Amino acid sequence: MQVSPKIDPKSGDPMSTLPNIGVPSSSESHTAGAAPSKLSAHSLDFYYGSFKALHAISMEVFEKRVTAFIGPSGCGKSTFLRTLNRMNETVRHSRVQGEIRLDGENIFRLDVNDVRRRVGMVFQKSNPFPKSIFDNVAYGLRINSSLRRAQLREAVEHSLRRAALWDEVKDKLHQSAYGLSGGQQQRLCIARALAVNPEVLLLDEPCSALDPIATAKIEDLIFQLKDSCTIVIVTHNMQQAARVADYTGFFLLGRLIEFDTTPVIFKTPAKKETEDYITGRFG
Amino acid sequence: MSPSMARNPPWNRIRRKSVNAIMLTLTGICTIFAAGILVFILGYLFVHGARSLNWNFFTKLPTPVGETGGGMANAILGSAKLLLVATFVGVPIGFLGGVYLAEFGGGGFSFLVRYVTDLLNGVPSIVMGIFAFTVIVLPQKHFSTLAGGLALGIMMIPIAIRSSEEFLRNVPLALREGSMALGASKSRAIWSVVIPAAKAGLITGIMLNLARVAGETAPLLFTAFGNRYWSPGWEQPAASLPVMIYTYAISPYDDWHQQAWSAGFVLLAMVLGVNILSRIILAQKGPALR
Amino acid sequence: MSALPSAIDTPPASGGAAAAFWKRLRAGDEIAIAVTFLSALTVILVTAVLVFELYRKSAISRHAFGWSFLISTTWDPVSGTFGALPFIYGTLVTTALAMIIGIPLGVGAAIFLAELAPPLLSSSLSFLIELLAAVPSVIIGLLGIFVMIPILQQIVPPVQDKLSWIPIFSGPFYGVSLFTAGVVLAIMILPFIISISREVILSVPNDQREGALALGATRWETTWKVVVPYARKGIAGSIFLALARAMGETMAVTMVVGNDPKIAHSLMAPGYSIAAVIANEFAEATGDLYQGALIELGLVLFGVTILVNGAARLLVMSTEKKGTS
Repeated sequence: MQVSPKIDPKSGDPMSTLPNIGVPSSSESHTAGAAPSKLSAHSLDFYYGSFKALHAISMEVFEKRVTAFIGPSGCGKSTFLRTLNRMNETVRHSRVQGEIRLDGENIFRLDVNDVRRRVGMVFQKSNPFPKSIFDNVAYGLRINSSLRRAQLREAVEHSLRRAALWDEVKDKLHQSAYGLSGGQQQRLCIARALAVNPEVLLLDEPCSALDPIATAKIEDLIFQLKDSCTIVIVTHNMQQAARVADYTGFFLLGRLIEFDTTPVIFKTPAKKETEDYITGRFG
Repeated sequence: MSPSMARNPPWNRIRRKSVNAIMLTLTGICTIFAAGILVFILGYLFVHGARSLNWNFFTKLPTPVGETGGGMANAILGSAKLLLVATFVGVPIGFLGGVYLAEFGGGGFSFLVRYVTDLLNGVPSIVMGIFAFTVIVLPQKHFSTLAGGLALGIMMIPIAIRSSEEFLRNVPLALREGSMALGASKSRAIWSVVIPAAKAGLITGIMLNLARVAGETAPLLFTAFGNRYWSPGWEQPAASLPVMIYTYAISPYDDWHQQAWSAGFVLLAMVLGVNILSRIILAQKGPALR
Repeated sequence: MSALPSAIDTPPASGGAAAAFWKRLRAGDEIAIAVTFLSALTVILVTAVLVFELYRKSAISRHAFGWSFLISTTWDPVSGTFGALPFIYGTLVTTALAMIIGIPLGVGAAIFLAELAPPLLSSSLSFLIELLAAVPSVIIGLLGIFVMIPILQQIVPPVQDKLSWIPIFSGPFYGVSLFTAGVVLAIMILPFIISISREVILSVPNDQREGALALGATRWETTWKVVVPYARKGIAGSIFLALARAMGETMAVTMVVGNDPKIAHSLMAPGYSIAAVIANEFAEATGDLYQGALIELGLVLFGVTILVNGAARLLVMSTEKKGTS
């Protein structure tokens, strides 16, 4: 098992290191089976000003699988997630080194708005716009396309169904999104992200502000979405990672300590730090 | 406060307590006095102004000296036109400048803009009048609605910038991120999410700003000047409510004094009405504008 | 699961630099930055042009009189002799009077509102006082002429009888006077002193108060010996802001000061102020020199208020920083 921190980012072409790292050793034995790589990081460093938040992260996200990142708060898992769709660039004085490839293309060379359209994101705290439920879901469609009214309505319904919210809101589509409960708001944000048909969906601790029932609904949703979408989820809840993820990466102090299939990480981790964290002996 | 307070003689404690009570009373009186001024102004204007207010005031032109009756219809329309010009001058520049400071700014240039904005805000209104006079009246060689509107418009800029900046900043970052995460460009996110979210605040900011310049007199004295008749178009001298109040107040005619009270009442009711309404809206929508 | 209408298929990300440029342009960021930047720049340009115009249009007067403009006492449009001292004197005296009356009242009220009053009373009185700041100055002037002057004409002469041996109270009182203008100005600056000082006092950290109260200090002792000293720079800032305002205030002063360009020893005598003479004479100023002299007065007023304002901002900023850290 190769671990990313061992890789010197300056040791030549990052391509040469790719086959060795971040590829779970036991992927063939896992139920997920072999899947093509959708998104990959290559010796990625990230800085907030002079503070180095990520150290040489290299890993792969597999298509139509759920990948989870776990680790103590401040370990860099959210920062890494936010570099995957270049959201971190909105932070002043931030700087990134290395590559992230989406279907083999370096996302830092692509148009940033296209990248974010293709790699959707749902945030820790639900952030519906102060608009109607319909307009929230239609927002991404309106800015990315010029659908006719009927198509728009169809697409909104489709997205709300995918987010398992349709039945709850179909009678109040034109009411403010702020009237929904916390869990509904978060599923609305998922529907909003799904509406633009993203290839990858990034979920940044999507359940941290929700009660257990709402959390269960979101987890169900993740299972359903995995057929049509590649999902990356950051969570501080290890049980959640164990439940929903095919692959799990453990972050500590800005480094990806270990990345493997979920059963391996939770049952037979290769690293002592991972084991300590999993078993609660951390810190 | 002596370190040996426990051994203080009782009269010392009594003295300290009475100082406490006296100062509480004195500062309380200061406050009542300050707040009372407003109540007094309101009451006095209501009694003197509302009493003689009638429909003619809103529909008739001023009458020549010596004739009673008449109204200030031309001044009301003039004020409205001046405010319209001022809005076109002050609001776009102030609003867009505020967008720059809140969304794109940062660094030395923004600091300079904020500094100059404060500076411009401190310029006495009469000096704004001189400025509008030198750039419009002097070249055109005549007073005009345009010149008065320009003076008021420039006076609106500093407050417009700072209030737009403040209200845009109050929009949570999460909404910008939510929009950009869907593939919206930054400007698109600002236009379609941030500005709509701040709309109530932005509009009340403009209303408060308009109410403030609506009462300005000094910058109009030698820009819009005054007019006892209608002022068609934008290129002629125009009457305005505040200038009418001034001219009528310093005139020697009782009838004009009465008209000044009525005009004062109308102006004050409008200005305070907008202020109270805005504060209620802001108290519901977010932090108060100051 | 049915497929979405595929209207938003990702376009191929090829096309080179020119295509990328057009795409960015379509996204609008460059345009938005340019437009908003230009608006922000306009503020600086307007201010620069303002200063430039005042300077240029006053050139004729500055050349004719030089620095003696500021210390000459003759203002005679007929003979073309212009000296600003009577106006500078009037502005300084009325402003000083306003400060003497306004500071104790304003700071006292601010202390009461921020520290001593029960919250509900404090917020409703603060609301009234902030509305007072919104009253147009021409309305204050209106009340000055028709309400305050008659009252002062009743009060002042009897007091004068007792105090007439003091030069500043001597002479006949006509109602319009430097003193009247000072009182009117004091009323106008009160809301500024109160609302800014109140905010500064409210920003004093609570541990300061608790420390003093825990030592057995009374409410007033805590306020006067701990809270007010802590907030003194901010309070001074509010006073400077009020000062700048008082100096630039035009209409209310014009209506009650008497408009007499003399340097009177008595506060009860009519006087004049810089802003008032501009307001009264500008529209009728014939001749370039006359106009230039008035614009130079404007330049003087501008310069002084900017300096005072600058000092005020520094003071308020320094306390607010201390308060939040």
